[in-house]
Amino acid sequence: MSPRAKRAAIKSPGRPSILATRKSQPLATTNGTGAAGQRLEVRKTYKLYIGGAFPRTESGRAYEVLGAKGELLANACRGTRKDIRDAVRAARTALPDWSARTGFNRSQILYRIAELMEGRRDQFVGEVMAAEGVARQRATRLTDAAIDRWVWYAGWADKFSQVTGSVNPVNGSYFNFSVPEPTGVVGVIAPEASSLLGLVSRLAPVIVSGNCAVVLASESRPLPAVTLTEVLATSDVPGGVVNLITGLRRELVLHLAGHMDVNALDAYGLDPAQGVAVEELATENVKRLVRPPTKGADAVDWLSPNAQSPYLIGEFVETKTVWHPIGS
Amino acid sequence: MTLVKKPETRPAAASWGLSKRGTPWEYAAAPEATDHIEIRREYGLFIDNAFAPSRPKATFQVINPATEELLSRVAKASRADVNRAVTAARRAHDTVWSRLPGSERAKYLYRIARIMQERSREFAVVETMNSGKPIKESRDVDVPLAAAHFFYYAGWADKLDYAFPGRTPRSLGVAAQIIPWNFPLLMLAWKIAPALAAGNTVILKPASTTPLTAYLFADVVRQAELPPGVVNIITGPGEIGMELVRHPDVNKVAFTGSTAVGKMIGRAVAGSRKKLTLELGGKAANIVFDDAPLDQAIEGIINGIYFNQGEVCCAGSRLFVQESVYEPLLDKLKARLSTLRVGDPLDKNTDVGAINSAGQLAKIAELVQSGIEEGAEIFQPDCVLPDKGFFFRPTLFTGVSQSHRIAQEEIFGPVLSVLTFRTPEEAIEKANNTPYGLSAGVWTEKGSRIFKMVAAMKAGVVWANTFNRFDPTSPFGGYKESGYGREGGIHGLGAYLDLSSNRASGR
Repeated sequence: MSPRAKRAAIKSPGRPSILATRKSQPLATTNGTGAAGQRLEVRKTYKLYIGGAFPRTESGRAYEVLGAKGELLANACRGTRKDIRDAVRAARTALPDWSARTGFNRSQILYRIAELMEGRRDQFVGEVMAAEGVARQRATRLTDAAIDRWVWYAGWADKFSQVTGSVNPVNGSYFNFSVPEPTGVVGVIAPEASSLLGLVSRLAPVIVSGNCAVVLASESRPLPAVTLTEVLATSDVPGGVVNLITGLRRELVLHLAGHMDVNALDAYGLDPAQGVAVEELATENVKRLVRPPTKGADAVDWLSPNAQSPYLIGEFVETKTVWHPIGS
Repeated sequence: MTLVKKPETRPAAASWGLSKRGTPWEYAAAPEATDHIEIRREYGLFIDNAFAPSRPKATFQVINPATEELLSRVAKASRADVNRAVTAARRAHDTVWSRLPGSERAKYLYRIARIMQERSREFAVVETMNSGKPIKESRDVDVPLAAAHFFYYAGWADKLDYAFPGRTPRSLGVAAQIIPWNFPLLMLAWKIAPALAAGNTVILKPASTTPLTAYLFADVVRQAELPPGVVNIITGPGEIGMELVRHPDVNKVAFTGSTAVGKMIGRAVAGSRKKLTLELGGKAANIVFDDAPLDQAIEGIINGIYFNQGEVCCAGSRLFVQESVYEPLLDKLKARLSTLRVGDPLDKNTDVGAINSAGQLAKIAELVQSGIEEGAEIFQPDCVLPDKGFFFRPTLFTGVSQSHRIAQEEIFGPVLSVLTFRTPEEAIEKANNTPYGLSAGVWTEKGSRIFKMVAAMKAGVVWANTFNRFDPTSPFGGYKESGYGREGGIHGLGAYLDLSSNRASGR
């Protein structure tokens, strides 16, 4: 766990909230009736995203999410095993429809995500600045790259199987071909540090081929991920295709890794030190597994072109080979 | 719908009398000669191109499952032997094999393929003596396919740059490969050929009951003059396989075998950076619609489950028959089953040979007993089994329900469970209702239905109007708990390469 995540975990429950003392931003308009003559900011409730709806965690618990300077940004849902269970069920339910969509249709929907993110670009820049403590210029680059990444993967939806499928010239009178199919329900452990671009870089290649995802957001920087789900909910992405749980990694990763109805696990964003227990659990139902990079996902340059690849799509597909005799 | 009348007593074809001694139509024995083959009394471990006893020296027996006679004694590897093999493979990888031009690796592999073709009868006979499979299968399927795998992957060795767009493929290093006893030589070829083409070196551990064709292959390695350490073969119990898997200097693990052992291997590599492919168990559905060409389907069903005594991970062990053709199909199936010749695997007329081991025979018998106890109806042809050896009658069960153990568990024997369905949706639901997902079969003359069914099957290989076909160019491997990764074709090549680095020019 990163120091920031630890801090968030320690401070989480029971501590008196400083929400009441947080100063709201001064606004140009004067309609408000705040104490100092300023309009009181309307804050957002950050919720989970399950089956296309925005429930709170079933546990009713929350934890404080802090900004780079230790200031309170919001309370986030402290999700549970039962939230994961509900999310997996929603993903499984959404799978037949999403995986049966044509590549053209999925391509349009992923492009639509980019369109809607573009419209909320300033909001994402602000959230990334607050979450990651980076300057506006850097946050803008990260946000733009996240939007462009959706566009890049959108284009793969109807091309991937042409690159990875094959017609196999068998030694006999048979027509034989291989096509990629989505693996099914994929657990995604999002990178801890890269709150938006890291998440998009791991999520897009999972759903572009027709998988449905259950995402564990960054523990210490979950807010941009939650805002992303609000984009997904209005981007023609069917409910249940992406489900997002926020909360404490130590309470969640093992349940996701051990869930018997999850077919694959992208543990790329996991702290490598936590890898062994996760991998062992993932083996229980022979999950396809992507391990964290040696130095951890936090060391990855997410702006690099290496962070996007059709080979990543290939981690979460199954090759199906079909034989048929040739005759009269 | 006119139903074929059920025969009064035994299926008509049984009057051919193929399976009963003393009838006028009895086949004369046609045993394959064994005088041209030499099985050594003892085999050491094959490390660095030399046979040497294990240290400390220990051996175990290898028998012929059809006669229970001793064939040879082979070395039982120790942890120290595993270390020696890995050291040899590492040295060969780092200093020789990965540095060879791909075109030179290709020529070595072509040599191997050619030598296997030249010595094909020898391989077939030894394979049949050691595994119990019929000579007509080892001669016509196992050995030619094994040679073809080397021939196919040989050609990839110098074309890797064209296989994976935007990547610079590199070898992984040392590959630990553990294979089962049902296709000893063919699984060796599936493992070693792509590994060597990709520039890796290997340590192969054959199953402890069937190491002889692997050690015969070691002699091919010698004849082909492969550099020492490129191919190493060690034998021993399962624990030695796990030692090999856990060895820190192994970069790639490839396993074919049971799902239970596959999970153990998955846990053993947890936390390491080893690349893993698993080809595990199956419980394939073979679905016959009422418009299927029934006589063809019968042959496909028979081939699907009685090929290699049913000891096949992709065997079509669950037959789903559309209700409207259930009775005529079942009559034909029973008749055909009664013509299968069970017996001496070396006899060229034998269809069903010996079960590989006493342990496996006991497992089959136990599961068949559970089928009877759970209320399914058993049918076995009235054939005479040899006095010695591990034989089991080809068996089919009717009245099987989804919850029966014989419909759920992999039997790995000549046992077919017959179930019925009414609609395509019901067939899909039942066929996919298993943790496995290796293969499936569909029989129908309607093209659009074939594609609907093929798309709906959660299985890595789907045979439509055929079954149990294999080819080096054709990727093979499972969905769900049948494993991950593919063997065969360009997909099987990728499993033995590090594709993490981008080409400078591309993305």
